Amino acid sequence: MGAVVGTLTMQTKQRRRPSRDKIDDELEMTMVCHRPEGLEQLEAQTNFTKRELQILYRGFKNECPSGVVNEETFKHIYAQFFPHGDASTYAHYLFNAFDTTSNGSIKFEEFVMGLSTLLRGTLRDKLEWTFHLYDINNDGYINREEMTEIVRAIYDMMGKYTYPALKGDVPKQHVDAFFQKMDKNKNGVVTLEEFIVACQEDEMMMRSMQLFENVM
Amino acid sequence: MAAGVATWMPFARAAAVGWLPLAQKTMPKPPVDKKSRSDEILFVNVSGLRFQTWKNTLDRYPDTLLGSSEKEFFYNEETQEYFFDRDPEMFRHILNFFRTGKLHYPRHECIQAFEEELAFYGIIPEIIGDCCMEEYRDRKKENQERLAEDTEAENAGDAPLPPDATLRERLWRAFENPHTSTMALVFYYVTGFFIAVSVIANVVETVPCRPIKGSIKDLPCGEKFSVAFSCLDTACVLIFSFEYLMRLYAAPSRCDFARSVMSVIDVVAILPFYIGLVMPENEEVSGAFVTLRVFRVFRIFKFSRHSQGLRILGCTLQACASELGFLLFSLTMAVIIFATVMFYAEKGTKGTTFSSIPASFWYTIVTMTTLGLLITAIHYQLLIQLLMSLYFHLQYLFMWGHVGLSDLLSCCVPQDGDGDSTPLCVKNRSAFEHQHHHLLHCLEKTTNHEFTDEVTYSEVCVTDSVGFRTSRSTSLSSQQGATTTCCSRRAKRRAFRLANSTVSVSRGSVQELDTLHVTKTPAGTQYPQSRSSLNARTENLKLNCDDYTAAIISIPTPPANTPDESLPNSPAIPGILRNSRSSTFNTQETVKISSL
Repeated sequence: MGAVVGTLTMQTKQRRRPSRDKIDDELEMTMVCHRPEGLEQLEAQTNFTKRELQILYRGFKNECPSGVVNEETFKHIYAQFFPHGDASTYAHYLFNAFDTTSNGSIKFEEFVMGLSTLLRGTLRDKLEWTFHLYDINNDGYINREEMTEIVRAIYDMMGKYTYPALKGDVPKQHVDAFFQKMDKNKNGVVTLEEFIVACQEDEMMMRSMQLFENVM
Repeated sequence: MAAGVATWMPFARAAAVGWLPLAQKTMPKPPVDKKSRSDEILFVNVSGLRFQTWKNTLDRYPDTLLGSSEKEFFYNEETQEYFFDRDPEMFRHILNFFRTGKLHYPRHECIQAFEEELAFYGIIPEIIGDCCMEEYRDRKKENQERLAEDTEAENAGDAPLPPDATLRERLWRAFENPHTSTMALVFYYVTGFFIAVSVIANVVETVPCRPIKGSIKDLPCGEKFSVAFSCLDTACVLIFSFEYLMRLYAAPSRCDFARSVMSVIDVVAILPFYIGLVMPENEEVSGAFVTLRVFRVFRIFKFSRHSQGLRILGCTLQACASELGFLLFSLTMAVIIFATVMFYAEKGTKGTTFSSIPASFWYTIVTMTTLGLLITAIHYQLLIQLLMSLYFHLQYLFMWGHVGLSDLLSCCVPQDGDGDSTPLCVKNRSAFEHQHHHLLHCLEKTTNHEFTDEVTYSEVCVTDSVGFRTSRSTSLSSQQGATTTCCSRRAKRRAFRLANSTVSVSRGSVQELDTLHVTKTPAGTQYPQSRSSLNARTENLKLNCDDYTAAIISIPTPPANTPDESLPNSPAIPGILRNSRSSTFNTQETVKISSL
């Protein structure tokens, strides 16, 4: 009989242990707290006003009380905006683009710097940022494989049910069109300068840059 | 969207820069945000207790009182604050919901008061966080049961019968409410007396009496006074049969009566006697006949009609049937295990009683039930639950006096939906939604494809219909009703659990997501209440919806105690929630409650 009791109580103990481990883990994680640089410093480094930084930080801190965003959370947050498809691949590339220190987590400073470039930066800054987004392996060139990855990631966000239906290798066609436009010397890769020049020549794209008006 | 996710909208829009070089069309113009972006602190005075919060915090849930312009009705110009003449203690929880996105149920509060507050502030109870949901549901169920008993007691009532009641109705009344007439009371006590007599006779007849003259062996009294006992037995059975037949005659619905528990007990009590009459007196069947006599002991259950406490016990057992079942099952498991062990342990020994595993069963059962205390200790939770509910029922019963016989017999009332309707005014889209739609629109332009839903997609695939207009009109017509919302997303209930909290740095607890974008579906069609992730379901994304017609849509409040356990949890994929998860939810008209 004692054995019965023993086994049964041990079982309950074991059952409880995983959750306690999890709680311990979480406690550990949350104790790793990161505090950003001072408000004045950030204001100097970015193109945001103090008030805007405050609003940004409050939102950031609310979602990530520990002060840093890891890739999982980042992907999750970004996926909220695209419920139809799978935004995780594109979010992964975005994460790498924001994570300038490449340490696997985005601090508030990195986040705000990225936003500052995108929302308040010069045209050249924005285009450079975009180039770095596309240049997955950071070698200074965008080749076909990288571009295909990006385009596929974007199409993934559309989901399965689109009109017209995605038939054939639509991403590939898209990539071909892109290279046609961007790769001036037809050497199969796009350099930063080629990219910037081609974008500036693209009227449609310049008009679309208005996207970033009053985002903040 | 989660409360805080709205603050990431600028980020999401900024990230759209990655699409621009790839876009084959020009991006649409971004929505103009008329409201000033600067945040301000609002003062909310609730019965003297002053709260302060950011305006943005309240704006997260634009379909609640505090998040919409409805709060302007409560604005006090002189004191520059919003004044609510409501419970300040409760308001704390409401405000915390806005702040954290999670609604908690305060355990010490009355559930009805809590629900009233929620209704006032325009928050549906379904968004209560998992931490408090079970408590909430239990309390709600308890409350509903109590109310059901209450109303039944009122209805069942001791109201006098209409004067033209037939004999049958009068008889039935006499049976059900014995205190209404003296005859009924007399009959009630007489039957009670005879039940007692019958049970005692059963017991006494096995007691050894002094042997008759000339014999040494002790005889059980039953054999010594066999005539007397059989007379007694016959008399009892006759009375019980008479009572049963009278009840059967008087019952308004004979079928229902015949199927009820009490009548089954009555039948089982008198059946052995009649079977004994019918069966011939021979050796072979007498063994079986003796077994039948055992069923005479079930007469003791007839006392249920006389004891309300016993009925309550029965109800409680019925309510805890699943737990009892589990208890029995675990007991059986243990018995089998130990019987096997004992059998194989003693196998070698000669002359052992454990000749086979079933033989060991007896030993094991005896041992285990002797140490039943141990089992009780292990299953103490179950027992406490049992006792608690029994206690509450009894307390309620004795506090409020008489409760009709019928309502206690019809315990464990199946819970129906409330059928409550909460009108919610949907005036316009929030800025957040505008921006979100713009973002999705941009994505469409980038890829040169449009979002659509499964239905339209399969239609298009099958028919391969040409004409942008055709498919559009199909999708338009598939939506009955005035509101054609862009981006209609199914709302699911479960809160999202962050994937794999091992490396989760952000709050490991549940992030509350509440999007209730549910459009008007054609009446009658019911969407499957599956908990598919955000990614799985796609609905119609209308382009260029310029008409956001206001509509007052009502949503039936779903029953609060629909079990949720059947729905699986998708760990890695976010799930939208805030919807009724009951199968009775009729999605004729659904509410659009968008929460930021």
